[in-house]
Amino acid sequence: MTPMRSLRALAAALCVTLCGCGGNAQSFNGVDVTGADWGRGFSLQDPDGRTRTLADFRGKYVLLFFGYTQCPDVCPTALVRAKEAKDLLGADGERVQVIFVTVDPERDTPELMREYTAAFDASFLGLRADLAGTKRVASEFKVFYEKVPEGASYTVNHSALTYVFDAQGHLRLVLKHTQTAEQYAADLRALMKQAS
Amino acid sequence: MKRKLIGSLLALAATSALAQVTVKDPWVRATVPHQTATGAFMQLSSPADAKLVSASSPVAGVTELHEMKMEKEIMKMRPVTSIAIPAGKGAELKPGGYHVMLMNLKQQMKEGDTVPITLVVEGKDGKRETVEVKATVRPVNAPATGGDHGGMHMKH
Repeated sequence: MTPMRSLRALAAALCVTLCGCGGNAQSFNGVDVTGADWGRGFSLQDPDGRTRTLADFRGKYVLLFFGYTQCPDVCPTALVRAKEAKDLLGADGERVQVIFVTVDPERDTPELMREYTAAFDASFLGLRADLAGTKRVASEFKVFYEKVPEGASYTVNHSALTYVFDAQGHLRLVLKHTQTAEQYAADLRALMKQAS
Repeated sequence: MKRKLIGSLLALAATSALAQVTVKDPWVRATVPHQTATGAFMQLSSPADAKLVSASSPVAGVTELHEMKMEKEIMKMRPVTSIAIPAGKGAELKPGGYHVMLMNLKQQMKEGDTVPITLVVEGKDGKRETVEVKATVRPVNAPATGGDHGGMHMKH
């Protein structure tokens, strides 16, 4: 699927979910995508070179988002927000696993991923893949990303959504970049409450 | 006192409108080892219309003016040729908007360090002048609004 088409597909999927929830009383700040036939998992490398899949995080509420470390703006903001949301949950914050997936594996080496995520929280995990694997995971999550050449360098435009999985490893919510740490924390709390 | 202040402002304006471009709260986001780019943020103000046309810093091989935009949940970053500093309103370079992009960094940006940045501003008359800025390095996890103590704010 081309990036633009996958973006439209995501927009359509979000709309169907948003408009179709009808009588469901549970309300979230994020878009409820429970039962989606995309975003079902990933297979990526951690900074130690080990392959990690969604199944490794069973029992954890996973916050997953895509970005790159040379990004001065959205990515640090997303990581700071994830840290704040985790802290807002108090002891339940331990049940949250934050995963940052790079869309710029050429520059984001395993060492850099490790240093970068650790600067925000020691528990955060940076995952990466080769170019083909990055394309696959982006396609699975309907993530749009594109390298924008710029002189000798490039920036990477990318979707800035956060995906939330429940403790059973099911994709449940998609949150936006414009939403606050409080809104993220409230949704995580609501998911935890539902499960208890 | 007030009259005296206005008087001196007028005197300054008469000599050079540009000399009054002022910079508040300049800061640079810290980097981790191996990271080669980061952003610098600051508030610019000017009593006369001006624009920021370029920036440079000895810590970076390449320095550009960038704009970050969210379009349908997609983060887009692009270089811009200038950033307007409207008279009295100013311009705010902050996460989520404009920033000075420092690329090909020659060293790690460590919290507490001071980074010299030279700004080139241009007045309506096309005259250019430089403004030397000393930006403080804030932690990599500095929030978007961190350290913003009052002062002027732009409407977005």
